[in-house]
Amino acid sequence: MKTLKNLLLLSTLIPMMAGAQERYGTRSGHITFFSETPMENIEAHNHKVSSVIDPATGAIQFAVLVKAFEFEKSLMQEHFNENYMESNTFPKADLKGTVEGMSAAQYKVPGVYAVTVKGDLTIHGVTRKVVEKGTITVEKSGAVVATSEFKVKPEDHGIAIPGVVRPNIAEHILVKVNMSYDKL
Amino acid sequence: MSTFSWTGVLGPINGTLLMRNILIALLALNMAAPVFAQDDLLDLLGEEETGPEYTTASFKTTRVINSHSLENTAHGVLDFKIGHRFGFINGGANEFFGLDGATVRLGLDYGLTDRLMVGIGRSSYEKTVDGFVKYKLLKQCDLGCATPFTLAVVASSSITTLMSTALPWYDPAREDYFSHRMAYSFQVIIGRKFSESLTLQLHPGVVHRNLVMSTEDPNDVIHISGGGRLKLTKRVALNAEYFYVPPDQLRDVFRNSLSLGFDIETGGHVFQLHLTNSTAMFERGFITETTGNWADGEIHFGFNISRVFTLHNPRRKES
Repeated sequence: MKTLKNLLLLSTLIPMMAGAQERYGTRSGHITFFSETPMENIEAHNHKVSSVIDPATGAIQFAVLVKAFEFEKSLMQEHFNENYMESNTFPKADLKGTVEGMSAAQYKVPGVYAVTVKGDLTIHGVTRKVVEKGTITVEKSGAVVATSEFKVKPEDHGIAIPGVVRPNIAEHILVKVNMSYDKL
Repeated sequence: MSTFSWTGVLGPINGTLLMRNILIALLALNMAAPVFAQDDLLDLLGEEETGPEYTTASFKTTRVINSHSLENTAHGVLDFKIGHRFGFINGGANEFFGLDGATVRLGLDYGLTDRLMVGIGRSSYEKTVDGFVKYKLLKQCDLGCATPFTLAVVASSSITTLMSTALPWYDPAREDYFSHRMAYSFQVIIGRKFSESLTLQLHPGVVHRNLVMSTEDPNDVIHISGGGRLKLTKRVALNAEYFYVPPDQLRDVFRNSLSLGFDIETGGHVFQLHLTNSTAMFERGFITETTGNWADGEIHFGFNISRVFTLHNPRRKES
């Protein structure tokens, strides 16, 4: 019984030890989105995106403060928060998933890696499973940069767009992600 | 195992049961640990730095109806305002319920900074030109600071440009000074967005008229007033405002201004449709010269249209 107990205790520590490995994170990632229609082009930038990658488990997480998106037109920004994203109710968009196509060891080897991120994307309180392609670049300096481009349909996340402004907002919003990670 | 001193909390229980409890606890820990690690990944970044976050969208636009709201035009934004008040609806079918006649004000507001806005307007009511400066002293805060309300001050003046002979106080025996045509208004706005749907504000102030009808009439008229909005849907709000002028300041013919209306926002435009007993759309006019009586149907149907243009973007950031 005692051996069993010790064994269990030891096994409890294993994930913690694995977790002690190096992780990469940032609080100043850049996410941009574009909506292009013949009526008007809308673009917003967020330079305060948080994200962490854990190479050991392949886990990746993003947290995006919705109010940190900056628009060229301040009224547009107000409407984005008030009428579309309802950012007082849903302050953050996030993604929890895993990076596939890259081994833990490869994070130490400079190069460009094509990866796939699978996970749960939550925007406007609505979570959807996503599978998106991206690139992770390991610089010679050891820095890790991740980029991705994908499209999001507002209606998929319960964001209602009234008929009057429907022609001004693209069916699919192009999202560009550009993250420079530091070792944590 | 002294490490697990917490098992002592379980109290005196028999050895096998205790052991089983420990095992269950360990097993649970064992399974939970990796999940924890993933959920808390972002915690590794440490405490999030959040700057002060100010309350936004307390009103759809910078006017409740006639009065200024606690909102400012954002820095670099030009707001073109078209105000229209039809005749009294009690004019009956012959006057097409007031739609035959109209008073108009055209205005331009501009945000010099996020706290300071200026504006000018021209009303058909006594051919009046008005201008104002509005400054936000305190901004209600949602996060990172503790200001519970917004505090703003508005100073405005108006000048009637009627021909001397058309002035209400025209008297060929008296010299007509330019200063006679001027009036001023000073207002303090204290308001709070209580919830996503409810915003209330008080906006007491004083109107100074350089020239009044007789020595009996005070030059300064104090008013205690307020307004608010109730958001009905994301894009439609119900607004109301009331100006109470304490007695013995105005002649009996003048009444307190009461307005009720809807704000309808459609992206770059805000349409305000309302009912009001005031004809003028500048302070001296609607605070001290409102004659309409709601009870008698002396109500104007009116609208304000606001269209914004971003002339300059101070926050522009390149990717």
